[in-house]
Amino acid sequence: MIKKEMIAMLLAGGQGSRLGVLTSKVAKPAVAFGGKYRIIDFPLSNCINSGVDTVGVLTQYQPLRLNSHIGIGIPWDLDRNIGGVSVLPPYEKSSNSEWYTGTANAIYQNIDYMEQFNPDYVLILSGDHIYKMDYEVMLDFHKQNKAEATIAVMPVPIEEASRFGVIITDENRKIQDFEEKPANPRSNLASMGIYIFNWKALKESLIAMAEQSALDFGKHVIPYLHKQGAPLYAYEFNGYWKDVGTLHSYWEANMELIDIVPDFNLYEEYWKIYTKSEILPPQYISSDSVVERSIIGEGSSIYGKVYNSVIGCGVVIGKDTVVRDSIIMNETKIGAFCELNKAIIAEKVTIEDKVRLGIGEEAPNETDPHIYNHGMVTIGEKSVIPKGITVGRNSVIFGVTTPEDYQDAALASGKTLIKAGDEA
Amino acid sequence: MRAIGIILAGGNNHRMKELSQKRAIGAMPIAGSYRSIDFALSNMSNSHIQKVAVFTQYNARSLNEHLSSSKWWDFGRKQGGLFVFTPAVTAENSNWYRGTADAVYQNLSFLKSSHEPYVVIASGDCVYKLDLNKVLEYHIDKKADITVVCKEMDASVNVERYGTIKMNEEYRIEEFEEKPIVAKSNTISCGIYVIRRRLLIEMIEKCAEEDRYDFVRDILIRHKDIKRIFGYKLKEYWRNIASVEDYFRVNMDFLKPEIRNYFFHEYPDIYSKVDDLPPAKYNVGAQIKNSLISSGCIVNGIVEDSVLFKKAYIGNNCYIKNSIILNDVYIGDNTHIENCIVESRDTIRANSYHKGEGGIKIVVERNERYVI
Repeated sequence: MIKKEMIAMLLAGGQGSRLGVLTSKVAKPAVAFGGKYRIIDFPLSNCINSGVDTVGVLTQYQPLRLNSHIGIGIPWDLDRNIGGVSVLPPYEKSSNSEWYTGTANAIYQNIDYMEQFNPDYVLILSGDHIYKMDYEVMLDFHKQNKAEATIAVMPVPIEEASRFGVIITDENRKIQDFEEKPANPRSNLASMGIYIFNWKALKESLIAMAEQSALDFGKHVIPYLHKQGAPLYAYEFNGYWKDVGTLHSYWEANMELIDIVPDFNLYEEYWKIYTKSEILPPQYISSDSVVERSIIGEGSSIYGKVYNSVIGCGVVIGKDTVVRDSIIMNETKIGAFCELNKAIIAEKVTIEDKVRLGIGEEAPNETDPHIYNHGMVTIGEKSVIPKGITVGRNSVIFGVTTPEDYQDAALASGKTLIKAGDEA
Repeated sequence: MRAIGIILAGGNNHRMKELSQKRAIGAMPIAGSYRSIDFALSNMSNSHIQKVAVFTQYNARSLNEHLSSSKWWDFGRKQGGLFVFTPAVTAENSNWYRGTADAVYQNLSFLKSSHEPYVVIASGDCVYKLDLNKVLEYHIDKKADITVVCKEMDASVNVERYGTIKMNEEYRIEEFEEKPIVAKSNTISCGIYVIRRRLLIEMIEKCAEEDRYDFVRDILIRHKDIKRIFGYKLKEYWRNIASVEDYFRVNMDFLKPEIRNYFFHEYPDIYSKVDDLPPAKYNVGAQIKNSLISSGCIVNGIVEDSVLFKKAYIGNNCYIKNSIILNDVYIGDNTHIENCIVESRDTIRANSYHKGEGGIKIVVERNERYVI
């Protein structure tokens, strides 16, 4: 009989709407990160580096990019005879067909998938965090404590704890209580959304709670188990862990990679992050270029000046263009004599010559000030910005734009210009 | 596909000096991210040849490591696949490959058990792109017995270390000389041949009976008047790596925009083993001019007109000029390197000075490296 000690279920179905136009066409776990990676590469690489070789990836929102990225799991060595990676979208059933309505509901709908591996433990992960973690160590902790469920937690400054689900434990890290985004937190241990369950306990509680609408781990399953008196433990993690849920935290996490010795070090020998590499050639830096405090992906050609930036693969930056404090994703082309300040530019964007981004006074974004802020300019994938346009701060452009879309060849600070169809 | 592929990657070459001490020519790193055998393999894969054998013999460890999986070139198929044949002791034979024809003879069962009508033979030490289907079409059109891909070299190139070819107006090869002292033509053989599988088996068996071992001398040259041997002219870029100077020049060629564009950005692509290295990183003090930088590099110093292979580390205040830094090299602070090839996995101490005077210097330094 097939037997896997622990399998992982990776929740990758969310939109991540606070990433604005970056997730208009792709699910958040498929958003590019750190030059050549996508966010989902981090939990997937953690799995294989921890010896977890069976991973179900639950997809729902805009899954095309995720599907083609994951494929049969070759980059992560997850192409296995038994187990490996499986993409699990919602599916139609003879009765009660529904979308994944909550994190635990998505797992509930895939009980059959998990059952076939006859696991002892199930690891629940989310596809939107940047971190390196050995799940095997967490499993050891789980076994030692004879827990029914273990939640990974992270100590955060107490003043920030009210943004998280907070876990209150005794001195042995046994969970006493939890609070969801409390005003006055009683603990500084924030839940990281990473759980190990005993398969039996998980299955029973999912079936018992099946009727709960929008069934969620933090809100329903964990409290249910706690009420049953099951021993729950908190596993404290002290490494680098970053939630890249907002555009600004996404930008910050990218910028941290360019420090001399970054907190999150991609250059370590023994915990490689794997990704699907389509572009192989080296990058070319021309005679007129300046590249400082930056990371650049394969196959890019730099003819301009790049400072404090994260550049993806297959990017072209034209002559006499100056790029500062920006993130440029794969296969974007930027013309000559441009100026980019604090811009986030998604994949396959075309920016023609003499375009200036991030110019002028700050003004809050007119449509979504809670998304587009901190003076950043955000450009959605496959957008086109015609020659000679000047764009202000906190602004956003998405779609193929023409000179007629701009007044006096400019888009003022805080403006939103979205021309793409669906959900724009 | 109508053909199977054979790549000859067994030879040694003393003109590669220290560089061949640890690897066969087929495993020589090219253009930052590739190995020279990638070009032959990718050309076959892109021409839909699905079954390819690589013959290795000399110093094959590095090459075998590179060929660890057939998936990089898309060969890992149920129909076909990538086969690596090193010499093996058998009941009938306990010899090394005594020549190219002998290598084929010792693996004749590979040819006999295939069903494809044609065989494409190529060497693993050339840098080029070629649609082999076109060569095959040509071969059939000409009703040739053997087709030899050839290239017209500039008059300035000394062709004495190549096989030179003279063809008539129908492109039938009339003269074929191996490494002539005075060449009668500047058209050279690229070492890529198309031949019918059954004819090859027949000729190789006959060679073996007569104790002849070399494909060029004992098959091509000996049979040039009785077999229809034709030349197919390759017009695009083609270089082979036979000496340190060639090797240096080929890598430097990739700094030219037209060559870079031809190999890196024009379809079809060249494939290679994926190494899963992070993006290249440029810290404060990095100054790069006209250079190729590969993934996993960390640069803190000045790099000009150079090619940095994967995972090179360039310390603070270094000056790297007109040089090739091979894979996984660590260069300590304040080091000057000019006109050099730095051997892979070298560790160069801080404050070193290396300069090739009147030629290319090969730097091999195995100092202790402390990895965190």
